[in-house]
Amino acid sequence: MTPALQVRDLTTEIELTRSLVHAVGNVDLSIEAGETVGLVGESGSGKSMLALSVLGLLPGGGRIVDGSVCLDGRELVGLSEPEMRKIRGDAVAMIFQDSQSSLNPTKTIGEQVAEPVRLHRGASKATANNRALEVLELVGMPRPKERLDDFPHQLSGGLRQRVMIAIALACEPRVLLADEPTTALDVTIQAQILALLDDLRSRLGMATLLVTHDMGVVAGRTKRINVMYAGRIVETAPTAELFSAMRHPYTQALLGSIPRLDSDRSKALASVPGIPPDLTDPPPGCRFAARCPRATGQCREHEPPLTGDDRGHLFACWHPVDGPITRPPELTVGETITESFLQDTRPSDGDHGAHLLEVTGAVREYPVTAGAILQRRVASVKAVSDISLHLDTGETLGLVGESGCGKTTLGKLIVGIEKPDAGRIALEGREVFKLRGGRLRRARRDLQMMFQDPYASLDPRMRVAAILREPLAIQGIGSRREQEARVVHLLEEVGLPRNALERYPHEFSGGQRQRIGLARTLMLEPRVIVADEPVSALDVSIRSQVLNLMKRLQAEREMASVVISHDLAVVKYLADRIGVMYLGKLVELGSGDDIYLRPTHPYTDALIKTIPLPDPAAERAKTGPGIRGQLPSPVHPPSGCRFRTRCPRARDVCGEQEPPLRTFGPGHLAACHFPLRPAQSAKDARP
Amino acid sequence: MPDSTRPLADIQPGLAGTVSVPPTAPEGGDVHVTASGWKLALREFLDNRLAVVGFAVIVFFVLFCFVGPLVYHTNQSLTNPLITDLHPGGAHPLGTDENGFDELGRIMKGGQTALEIGFFSAFIATVVGTLYGAISGLAGGIVDGIMMRILDVFLSIPLLFIVLVLATKYHSTVLDESAIIGAYTWLIPARLVRGEVLTLRVRDFVSAARVMGSGRGRLVYRHLIPNALSVVIVNITFQVADAIIILAFLGFLGFGLQYPATSWGDMLGNAQQYVSSGYWWLVYPVGGCLVAVVLAANLIGDALRDALDVRIRRR
Repeated sequence: MTPALQVRDLTTEIELTRSLVHAVGNVDLSIEAGETVGLVGESGSGKSMLALSVLGLLPGGGRIVDGSVCLDGRELVGLSEPEMRKIRGDAVAMIFQDSQSSLNPTKTIGEQVAEPVRLHRGASKATANNRALEVLELVGMPRPKERLDDFPHQLSGGLRQRVMIAIALACEPRVLLADEPTTALDVTIQAQILALLDDLRSRLGMATLLVTHDMGVVAGRTKRINVMYAGRIVETAPTAELFSAMRHPYTQALLGSIPRLDSDRSKALASVPGIPPDLTDPPPGCRFAARCPRATGQCREHEPPLTGDDRGHLFACWHPVDGPITRPPELTVGETITESFLQDTRPSDGDHGAHLLEVTGAVREYPVTAGAILQRRVASVKAVSDISLHLDTGETLGLVGESGCGKTTLGKLIVGIEKPDAGRIALEGREVFKLRGGRLRRARRDLQMMFQDPYASLDPRMRVAAILREPLAIQGIGSRREQEARVVHLLEEVGLPRNALERYPHEFSGGQRQRIGLARTLMLEPRVIVADEPVSALDVSIRSQVLNLMKRLQAEREMASVVISHDLAVVKYLADRIGVMYLGKLVELGSGDDIYLRPTHPYTDALIKTIPLPDPAAERAKTGPGIRGQLPSPVHPPSGCRFRTRCPRARDVCGEQEPPLRTFGPGHLAACHFPLRPAQSAKDARP
Repeated sequence: MPDSTRPLADIQPGLAGTVSVPPTAPEGGDVHVTASGWKLALREFLDNRLAVVGFAVIVFFVLFCFVGPLVYHTNQSLTNPLITDLHPGGAHPLGTDENGFDELGRIMKGGQTALEIGFFSAFIATVVGTLYGAISGLAGGIVDGIMMRILDVFLSIPLLFIVLVLATKYHSTVLDESAIIGAYTWLIPARLVRGEVLTLRVRDFVSAARVMGSGRGRLVYRHLIPNALSVVIVNITFQVADAIIILAFLGFLGFGLQYPATSWGDMLGNAQQYVSSGYWWLVYPVGGCLVAVVLAANLIGDALRDALDVRIRRR
């Protein structure tokens, strides 16, 4: 049987003004009808370029140099543009990552879904509209008839992604290319969309190529996975085999570097040193050789061919490994640190003495205004609503939640970028942000922040030396000489070469910038660090480098920190205690094990169940898409318990009364009327 | 690239506080040493052929107008009725005008004032506009609202109206003309800078500086102004081009400089009465110079925008 899509020896290049990017090199790939194949790689590995090559939609300067792309046995390479246009959106369709920019904001979604039907089937307006309605129903759009005349901005991100899928499906394509279809979405919505794609594939018998950087996304949904690195496919195997018996060191390190919910917190994550090669000038041998611990002279000189046994497990490596990393590397920290630091989970019951940092009843609302000059306040976005928590010396508190839950705002309140509308934030019992002038400046030394976006948080017009010296210069600490010595010292500590000092931020990779950001945060030796999504902008292999570094510095310096992330696994790896937020409220607070093994709030439970795991067996065992529905608007949050609109256990009382935080174990609090396990005592307990 | 022969266990080197990172193999990977931001911008600019041509044209005209008269001596102060409206040729390569002034020397003289006014008014507009925009953007809220509405009011007043009022009150010297043009054109940089400051002040690196305890002054001088600078620099070139055009326009309408001073616009305005007589040398050479300078300034501006804008800079 001919595969629905067969790519043979495909080589794609992109010509820039001064250089030639070898984006995709000698790639083979085939997908049978009714089968989902995963294509995994980091940013810049050429995975999107491969998908665009199939569609003939390469960016300016891009062209297919060699190879063939066959659709049901029909060659697509070399077809004229009008012929390609007939195929695009008809036999081959694509789902793009960003539904915001991929939908036309001036056309209704009904028109947009009907458009391919009218173009390819020559259908009348009425027929096309009927088809649009049919497909929207198919992709699970609630009340599709009413939505036909909506514009894209009226829909939420998850619903827009459904519209994108509907457009792709409108002409019943043979092959569906899904390029990071869920990357821009929250985990709960991501689970819904992935389940939908899987369901559609089995019902419609499409061949699907799932392109993603997330091993968890492909684990449960694909039959076979291709791992791409620097423009080459380095390993391809049936899904279960790839996870349990990978042969390429890159695949091994990639899987080992993902923090998991059951990772051992006292161990380091496997990490791949360095950064991927520059594709304008790829190395002559194996492209992974420079970062590979097993590399030899042979690897650096000769490129390994993609070979393997007859079960369809192919890999390109001269010195293959055998299965996953069994023993995670030890976390190496300074000699002064005892083993007990890492083992100690520090359950704090909130009774003893004063806490280092105390947040009491913090509220922050952003006004929604109308009018140009007078700016009448018409409503407010409830970003943080009455949150109380505390942090002790040397402790790490994690905050998790979906986007819009207020976790970043809470972080900004703690470091004083935002001021609370009500409530108090006290460091050692002192409300520092009520101070003024020089005393406020001094107090700021103790509270520092590490930002999410390593590209935006460093001033592009300053050299690294100036960036790192700035905190000391502002605070007037030490002479210039002392400041410079400290800069050099910290630069070494975060693992950057000395010559970085004279460079500008744009010359660094994302991971290196995040190291600079971390060094800057540490310059003032703060008591508390707030790290806002410290690794979410980084690639998987770089992410573990930064996580290991943060973990080591945390242990060495005994700083207290607040780690904010949408990724529960990242938070669980770094934090002693975890707070789960939903729509501006803290719904559950407890140790990592409390949250992961003994979740009490239905939201926490659903969150854990929806996170895609890089483990095929666990992924396939999941039933149902987890949480249904969308996140309500924070301008008009639901009355009572804010989660009730999506909660399977909700009853009338949830809409009437707001559940207080109750104790479920030592330091384990949750706010729910109908928790998953019984409360310890009836008394209200506020931390 | 780090040394790739190291075993996996060595990837996280034991870092007891200070100095265990071998300088040859930093944990975070080597830094690819490339050119600085400004050097990259210069390279990008030089790659743009049109911009280099534009730059050469501007340099040529500056030399032509300011050094030219030192080499090519002509009488530009006493009228000579004997040699009015001569055809090009002989002692006068571009002929003479209605007052008997040598046309080539006249173009040099007119060019001096045109360039002076162009650059000077662009300077006034940029300084005033940048300050106004930066203050407005940084202040935000009601102050910003009021300052921007004032700008809207200014923008809705036609240029001619301002010129008519001002021209009756002032003598037309180079300084006056520059001030009039500057007073009209500062509105555009004000808007540009305000927009830039608005986006910059919510950027993470500004927040980071605030978390470190930075005061307003430092924010403005160390972070906001250096980052808004590229927008301002690009705008200057367009301001120069606009000012020269406006000056020509004013001169043509008779609001130009006072005789015997002249500018290209004044020369064109005078020449229009002789067009029907076929005195083409009074129109085309000076018109050509005007077009060439304005076009060159615009080309430089376009190239600078491409070169300085990190978002569209190709690698």
